[in-house]
Amino acid sequence: MRMPRFRRSSVLPGFGLTLGLAVFYLSLIVLIPLSGLFLKTATTSWHRFWETVSDPRALAAYRLTFGASFVGAAVNAVFGFVVAWTLVRYRFPGRRILDAVVDLPFALPTAVSGIALTALYAPNGWIGKLLAPYGIKAAFSPLGVAIALTFIGLPFVVRTLQPAIQDLDAGMEEAASTLGATRFQTFRQVIFPFVFPAALTGFAMAFARALGEYGSVVFISGNMPMRTEISSLLIVAKLEQYDYAGATSIAVVMLVASFLLLLGINLSQWWFSHRLGRSGA
Amino acid sequence: MNPNPLARSDPRWLRALLIAVTVLFLGLFLFLPLLTVFLEALRKGVGAYFTSFRDPAARSAIWLTLLTAGIAVPCNLVFGLVASWAVAKFEFKGKNVLITLIDLPFAVSPVISGLIYVLMFGAQGWFGTWLAAHHLHIIFAVPGIVLATIFVTFPFVARELIPLMQEQDTDEEYAAISLGASGWQTFWRVTLPNVKWALLYGVVLCNARAMGEFGAVSVVSGHIRGLTNTMPLHVEILYNEYNFVAAFAVASLLALLALVTLIAKTVLESRIRTEVPALDASALETIR
Repeated sequence: MRMPRFRRSSVLPGFGLTLGLAVFYLSLIVLIPLSGLFLKTATTSWHRFWETVSDPRALAAYRLTFGASFVGAAVNAVFGFVVAWTLVRYRFPGRRILDAVVDLPFALPTAVSGIALTALYAPNGWIGKLLAPYGIKAAFSPLGVAIALTFIGLPFVVRTLQPAIQDLDAGMEEAASTLGATRFQTFRQVIFPFVFPAALTGFAMAFARALGEYGSVVFISGNMPMRTEISSLLIVAKLEQYDYAGATSIAVVMLVASFLLLLGINLSQWWFSHRLGRSGA
Repeated sequence: MNPNPLARSDPRWLRALLIAVTVLFLGLFLFLPLLTVFLEALRKGVGAYFTSFRDPAARSAIWLTLLTAGIAVPCNLVFGLVASWAVAKFEFKGKNVLITLIDLPFAVSPVISGLIYVLMFGAQGWFGTWLAAHHLHIIFAVPGIVLATIFVTFPFVARELIPLMQEQDTDEEYAAISLGASGWQTFWRVTLPNVKWALLYGVVLCNARAMGEFGAVSVVSGHIRGLTNTMPLHVEILYNEYNFVAAFAVASLLALLALVTLIAKTVLESRIRTEVPALDASALETIR
């Protein structure tokens, strides 16, 4: 039998079987259902689609979702950097435990984080009680949404930055210091440019994850339309009214936004590695 | 290792400051919420805590969660092995496209992951009328919950195995085959032992997500008490009924699962690192 042309020959068996099974399962579980989403949008009239996705309630939901996701990712970019730097560079008691706990937002089911954060930040909760005298309402306000999105985004920034900080070239830092640079100058001109791409990637990944988050936000936000309703919740609200077309339209907008964001991450990573590779040569 | 450690070290005050910021930030954002789960669950005493699990609805939610993970994890485990064998052991066109498509479910938000199955199998969905005519229930029933869970946990095992198996070359497999081993023997005796810790790592992460998934499952479940509620959905119902102790009691089981997952993850990471020193540690740090 002739080998299929598109692969190089190998003595190992099972190529046809394993690739066939993998593609079949992938199509069945992922590709066909996902394309159904776009097919459904195609059957909606353009006018109806536009009306749904540009409705004031939808616009308010995008504003909150993108705004709070941005705030969460930005907080994580700053504090995530400090956490990653401390965990990589310093040795202190409890470091390994802190390092392991960074992954908690991945491991803890979102509904659990949601109710725990709400209990903490509600007006009668431990932290809510401290904020209340200053007139700051954390839970059931846009601030609460940003807090939940900070929680779930943290590991993305820390885990992307850690290997970059680990890979910092000791020679460059020593050279800078030998040539008379202060520690701050070394940081700004040697360390920062090197870890910036990783920080940007971590920021974008945390942002992308936050855009679609549901479980941890739904409890703390209070879910008031126009005020504290995120896009994921609007999709669920439309589904509960059996408005499949409306839910699908909002879903397509959010899905396209996160695909574009991930494409941007990949392109910028390629660009940075290209540029660093060239300047290093 | 470093000839001039002073050049890389930060002043003592800065070190103290950054460690303090790290401890405070992680304490505030990670430890405090975790602690809250257990404190709220035990707020009315140990008795009330354990009474929460006597509720038949809680028991059926625990059972459904175990059942769902029990189906979803093996499905994705088999897929992960099959896909990584095809991708890592052979060269073919379109390989990178396949790898990207395997990761696709991570780019889809939980609610949308549930929505796509509602559009396929829901009452107004593509197959809705056919399913209704044959009295088959997928949406607002257990099959929909399992499907949505398989979707959100789809890449976990494959994405751990593919980079590792690509890193290890095929020499050992070639040797086994040329010494007369069958393909199955080669896989079972040569390939699998080489990736066992990474495989377990993928399974642990896959299981944690399968048991904890909320958004996707919430959309397809219909929240029928005692029938289509998984543990996270049951937590939501109890919480919305202001039954906080019971909500946090069920949540505490999920939090324990998360802690066990974190411990297993840490242990496995060091295992993988010592067993495969050639593997770049950063490959293990890849997340999601």
